[in-house]
Amino acid sequence: MVKEKELQQKQSMPPIGKWFPAVALGWLIPGGGHFLLKRNGRGALLAASVTGMFLCGLMMQGAMFQPQSGDLLTTLINTGGFIGDVCTGILYLLSVCFGYSQPDMAGQVHDYGTKFLVAAGLLNILAMVDAYEIAAGRKE
Amino acid sequence: MPKMNLSHFEAAFLFSLFASVVMGVVTKRTDRDRLHYGIYTFGCFLLALFALGWLMYFAHG
Repeated sequence: MVKEKELQQKQSMPPIGKWFPAVALGWLIPGGGHFLLKRNGRGALLAASVTGMFLCGLMMQGAMFQPQSGDLLTTLINTGGFIGDVCTGILYLLSVCFGYSQPDMAGQVHDYGTKFLVAAGLLNILAMVDAYEIAAGRKE
Repeated sequence: MPKMNLSHFEAAFLFSLFASVVMGVVTKRTDRDRLHYGIYTFGCFLLALFALGWLMYFAHG
C-alpha cells in the first residue's frame, strides 16, 4: 500500500516550470535541454547526432513534408513527416528561412535524405523525453 | 550546400550510427550501460542491414 502510494507520487506530473524550459530548449536546439540540465557530454552527443543526421538529409537533397489532406495514408504520411521535420527545431526553421525547398524526386539518395530529415526530428523527440525525465527527477 | 551521393550501404550505415548514439544516450541510466546499449543497437542495425541485403539478393536472384 505504502509502495503503491510512493510509486503514484513518483509518477505524478511534476510542475510545468520544472521541465518545460528543458524540453522547450531541447526542441529548439537539439541537445539544448541536456546542456541546460548540466548533462554536457550527453547533450553534445545528442546535438552532434541529430544535427549530423539533419545535415546529411539536406546534403542528400531530401524533401521536407508539408501537411496535406486527402486519403488517410496521405494525411498520415505528410502530417507525420511534417511533425518529424518540425521537431528538429532551429535546424528546420533555419533551412526554411534560407529557402530550402526540395521537390520530392525519384532516386534512392533523395529518398534516404527525406528519411534522414524526418528521423532527425524523431531522434530529437527521444532527446526531449530524456530531458523531461531528467528535469522531473526520474532519471540521473 | 554540398551534395552527398551515398550508396544504400553508406546511407544505412550513417543512419545506424546516428540512431544508435541517440538510443544509447537516452535509454540507460549509467554511462557504462549507455555505451553497451549503443554498441548493441549499432550491432543490431548492422546485422539487420546485412541480413536484409542478402535476403533481397537471393529473393531477386
